[in-house]
Amino acid sequence: MDWGAIFSNTVVWIISPETIAYALATVGLAVHFGYAGLLNFGQAGFMALGAYGYAISILSFGFPWWAGILVGMAASVVFALILGIPTLRLRADYLAIATIAAAEVVRLLFQTTVFDAFTNSADGLGGYHEGFRAANPIPKGVYGFGPFTYNETDWWVRIFGILLLAVVILLTWLLMRSPWGRVVKGIREDEDAVRALGKNVFSYKMQALILGGVFGSLGGVVFALPSAVVPGAYVPSLTFFLWTVLLLGGAATIFGPVVGSVLFWIIMSFLANVLPRMADAGWLPFMTNAQASIARYILVGIALMLIVVFRPQGILGNKKELTFNAR
Amino acid sequence: MVPAHRSRSLSKRPIVLLFAALFAALAFSMTAVVPAHADETNTDKYQYIFSGNVKYNDKPLDAVKITVSGGGYSADVLTDEKGQWKVGVPDKKKYDITLDESTLPKGVIVTEGNTIEAEFGLTNNKTVNFFLGEGVRQTVSFFDQFVSRVMSGLNFGLMLALASIGLTLVFGTTGIANFAHAEMVTFGALMALTFGVVLSWPLWIAFPLAVVLTGALGWAQDVGLWKPLRIKGLSTVQLMIVSIGLSLGLRYIFQYFYGGKTYQLPDSGSTKITLLGPIALSATDMVSMAISIVVLVGVAYWLQKTKTGKATRAIADNATLASASGIDVDRVVRFVWIFGSALAGLSGILWAYFRPGIKWDMGWQILLLIFAAVVLGGLGTAYGALVGSIIVGLLVELSTLWIPSDLKYVGAFVVLIVVLLFRPQGLLGRRERIG
Repeated sequence: MDWGAIFSNTVVWIISPETIAYALATVGLAVHFGYAGLLNFGQAGFMALGAYGYAISILSFGFPWWAGILVGMAASVVFALILGIPTLRLRADYLAIATIAAAEVVRLLFQTTVFDAFTNSADGLGGYHEGFRAANPIPKGVYGFGPFTYNETDWWVRIFGILLLAVVILLTWLLMRSPWGRVVKGIREDEDAVRALGKNVFSYKMQALILGGVFGSLGGVVFALPSAVVPGAYVPSLTFFLWTVLLLGGAATIFGPVVGSVLFWIIMSFLANVLPRMADAGWLPFMTNAQASIARYILVGIALMLIVVFRPQGILGNKKELTFNAR
Repeated sequence: MVPAHRSRSLSKRPIVLLFAALFAALAFSMTAVVPAHADETNTDKYQYIFSGNVKYNDKPLDAVKITVSGGGYSADVLTDEKGQWKVGVPDKKKYDITLDESTLPKGVIVTEGNTIEAEFGLTNNKTVNFFLGEGVRQTVSFFDQFVSRVMSGLNFGLMLALASIGLTLVFGTTGIANFAHAEMVTFGALMALTFGVVLSWPLWIAFPLAVVLTGALGWAQDVGLWKPLRIKGLSTVQLMIVSIGLSLGLRYIFQYFYGGKTYQLPDSGSTKITLLGPIALSATDMVSMAISIVVLVGVAYWLQKTKTGKATRAIADNATLASASGIDVDRVVRFVWIFGSALAGLSGILWAYFRPGIKWDMGWQILLLIFAAVVLGGLGTAYGALVGSIIVGLLVELSTLWIPSDLKYVGAFVVLIVVLLFRPQGLLGRRERIG
């Protein structure tokens, strides 16, 4: 057992683009569910729109990279409007089913061969990195220490992602202590009470859906920055992983999504490194190498169940700010 | 997911092109999709021009549709009365030029492929001609296709109905939107595989055993998980997320043991027997439909006539009132879990024949269709699930007449969202359910 390799393969996930992307999308989910009480199970759809909006506007229309990000955000605003109008009036479980179906519609539209010229159907898109990499202020070279040694492109992706995440978290923090945030949290606690105060509940819910969706699309952009956009990545399981991250960290907390995302990926990559090695070393006689890499996903499912049952407020959460008592 | 043998005619093609053209129109918002003149498209806008002359036996053919596409660009043109057409394109690149055979007169076909890949030479003009000849197009008439789609839609819908009833009854009695129901569908098929193929027991033992075992898993779920959680007093939203976690865990447990491969049950993909005109069904299709109908009639009888069935409906109506009038709610809920799971297991075996094939996530693939069916009919109502399933089954299969088959589930999902917009209680539900 090469514990050194396992350790260094694991700690790099603290600042991996996937971790940052998950954290960004989960902050969006925290706005939806943690603060506004909206049971959005279509966050993968928002991420797909961010990623595809970015890639298609660069590849097919020659937009600069920053405009690509804006297109991704705009696409998620449009999606939030289309999704929100029919579904935001519904009860929580109906909303969950409707959002998951809508996200699947988005994925299938990106995957179909009909729009092959733009989306490259199931093969996905790549090769849109030029503009983003040209904007890199870091001079060419290899930087860092220990396991965190990357070239200038890899650092640029990570730094850009972390900056984006910082802005999103700051924005969420400011919004949630503003009057707007208090109304949104009030809707989560008792929609009718807020309505009785003369607030337009539907409009606030829609604003929360749009805001969280835009965060989700930024997560999709960061997800797409280092490599490629493949429709198979935006399946409902992605949303479920985001929910696991959210509930692990704490739904109605500012840093919960970050803590959850880092923990999620650390544990996942630790298991991905340890289990196959243990299987190879013969410590797990009942497990083949291939099975060892699947086992960690079983644990995600079990972890999600355990968290919801035993610590629904998450690691950082406060039991008073619990959002599960839906009507 | 559609079996490859389900033949499809060329009549779908214009729709694909129309979609592509519409998308192109959205993208190049200035591009006119409908040709300004009958014979010229975008020739005044772009300097690179494809042109051609469609003739058969020296007689020009008019109103033949030609499509030029490539590099994200697509334009249609109809030939004029001299048989001529012209299309302007934005770049000097390779384009696919397609002649729509369905717009040719009867008895005329393109002899050497109706799509030509064309490239400009030194000039900005390129002539592209198609070779036409006498012949019969190998197409199934629209009506025949329609009938065959209706049959497979009914088959699919009946299978969905078996899966939906468990989901809707569990929702009606306990309020759980159970995402792990998909895994019961998969479990039934996997057990059929294990006993029928791996252990090669006779199918008449293996299949009923698979159904019984799926029912047993439902019982175990209720005893081991859902009842303790009910006692703990979790909210329905928490229960729903627990079911999502369970679904995720079970799915990967299946993959852990069965891998990522697709397995086949015996006799799947058997030949079709022509029954009446365009109606052709394979023996498995017929047996599958017969089993579905018999079981569904049995379910209806159970709900209508038996004590437990009536109690189930009473609890779905008002659990507190039912409990107050002496119904043992826990016992009925347990029965619903067993019964609903067994039906899901049965539908899993039928779904394995319909897909065809058994895979670790096969149930998950139709979970949203099951939800669409249940919501369409009205969450919590058994007959609603039946009606909703048939509609969703027909919709999915019939939509492939007009839209490409990789988008066939989209129609059902859109219907799901539209139903929630206009009639959230579903076709047979009552208003108060949606709160």
